[in-house]
Amino acid sequence: MNLFNIFSDIEKLDGDVAERVEYYTRRNLFKLSRKATAAVATPAILAASLNDAYAQASTVADVLNFALTLEYLEDEFYRTGLATSGLVVAGDQAIIAQISKHEAAHVALLKGALGTAAIAKPTFRFGNAFSTYQVFLATAQTFEDVGVRAYKGQASALLGQAVLTRALQIHSVEARHAAIVRRLRGLKSWISDPAEMPAAAYAGEDNTTQAGVVLTGLPNVTGIDAARSREAFDEILTKQAVLAIAGAYL
Amino acid sequence: MLSSNKDQQVAPGVFVSPEHPSMFLGRRLFLRYAGFTVAASGLLMACSSTETVQVTPTIVDLGSGDTGILNYAYALEQLEAAFYTMVIATPYANMSADEKTILTEIRDHEIIHREFFKAALGSAAIIGLTPNFTAINFSDRASVLGAAKTFEDLGVGAYNGAGKLIKSADYLTLAGKIVSVEARHAAIIRDLLAPRTAAFAGDDVIDATGLDKAYTPTQVLPLAQPFVTNKISGANLPQ
Repeated sequence: MNLFNIFSDIEKLDGDVAERVEYYTRRNLFKLSRKATAAVATPAILAASLNDAYAQASTVADVLNFALTLEYLEDEFYRTGLATSGLVVAGDQAIIAQISKHEAAHVALLKGALGTAAIAKPTFRFGNAFSTYQVFLATAQTFEDVGVRAYKGQASALLGQAVLTRALQIHSVEARHAAIVRRLRGLKSWISDPAEMPAAAYAGEDNTTQAGVVLTGLPNVTGIDAARSREAFDEILTKQAVLAIAGAYL
Repeated sequence: MLSSNKDQQVAPGVFVSPEHPSMFLGRRLFLRYAGFTVAASGLLMACSSTETVQVTPTIVDLGSGDTGILNYAYALEQLEAAFYTMVIATPYANMSADEKTILTEIRDHEIIHREFFKAALGSAAIIGLTPNFTAINFSDRASVLGAAKTFEDLGVGAYNGAGKLIKSADYLTLAGKIVSVEARHAAIIRDLLAPRTAAFAGDDVIDATGLDKAYTPTQVLPLAQPFVTNKISGANLPQ
């Protein structure tokens, strides 16, 4: 392990670390403890900074592993669906195969980004998801709409991180998937009905106030159905909410 | 041309160069020169109509920081809203009921996005832009849906690429709430053009690693500029 690299990594995450170490060692050390010496205290301060650094780094890894869990789920779901004889109707094969291809690519991408920190694929239980094509599509819609909401919910945790752009680039692909799966089911491609099932997947989608702006009260939206204001913004789901939904398949 | 020190700000984000003061010109000529790159003197000399509109040769500066990014989004939403408003006001021949419903709902989403940004930006909002859709044949389905595809894919890529430029976590989440709706639009427009194929998220827009486009403002603005009469400057946007 290269200590210089570690220090440089810490500085990237905590630009003040050098100043803080210097502050404690030079000036305040003896105030903190009469027995403390610079030689002993410096590693302690460094260790605290290391913890901060790893806390941030592990936040990113946590987010990516959370995403990887959802991608593992989707990847296995579509691969199994396509491999189930007679399940996916001929006319929809191209669409389902394209989605499946993307989910496999997302798994590879996230595993690559995480390296040895990547979690192993869990064992999934899909229940009756492959019993009929309609059940398969309904399950696909849940996975895609929840996936979109899940990525969106983690975006702020990736603020300022290099991996943010990639996460956003996956997020919009999941939204394209959600739109087409909804269309295959004869639904609107946007989340319109807040009473959609499963309820946990669509909780909060009835929101029509964004950043304190009441959308239905805006100028030039008179006569526009309130449903459009619900549809125009997809809402986030917290990690806890997503895991509660995904838990049924784990 | 960027706003110089000599330019005067007459409204938030609107600069007027003293060398090109306000002027009057014929409406027809104005429409013909909607690209607005012709020298002001030439336009004044060519003016012959009595029907006049006031035109100011301004540069719309999107601004800096998160406000600049919000104005950037506001500009793109203005463009999209104006486009779909035109699509529904002058529907192409044989627009199916399904298509009309979809395009009307998308129009309404884009109007809501536009009005939302205007309200959220308040006094920092750029002016209402004047669109230039001369390149689009609104009576032709392929032309309209082709343009819609371009706008939606570009919008998705623009939001994806702008994410890293946003400093506020709240604004980042807000952009995320909108970009997925734009991606839903893109998918369905693509499906209208090539029904029940892989086109909704085709290999032309999603790469081999499963990633959608992400464009910087520097990439997006030159592509959006031909559809806007006003000259837009993103020179002060975060890079």
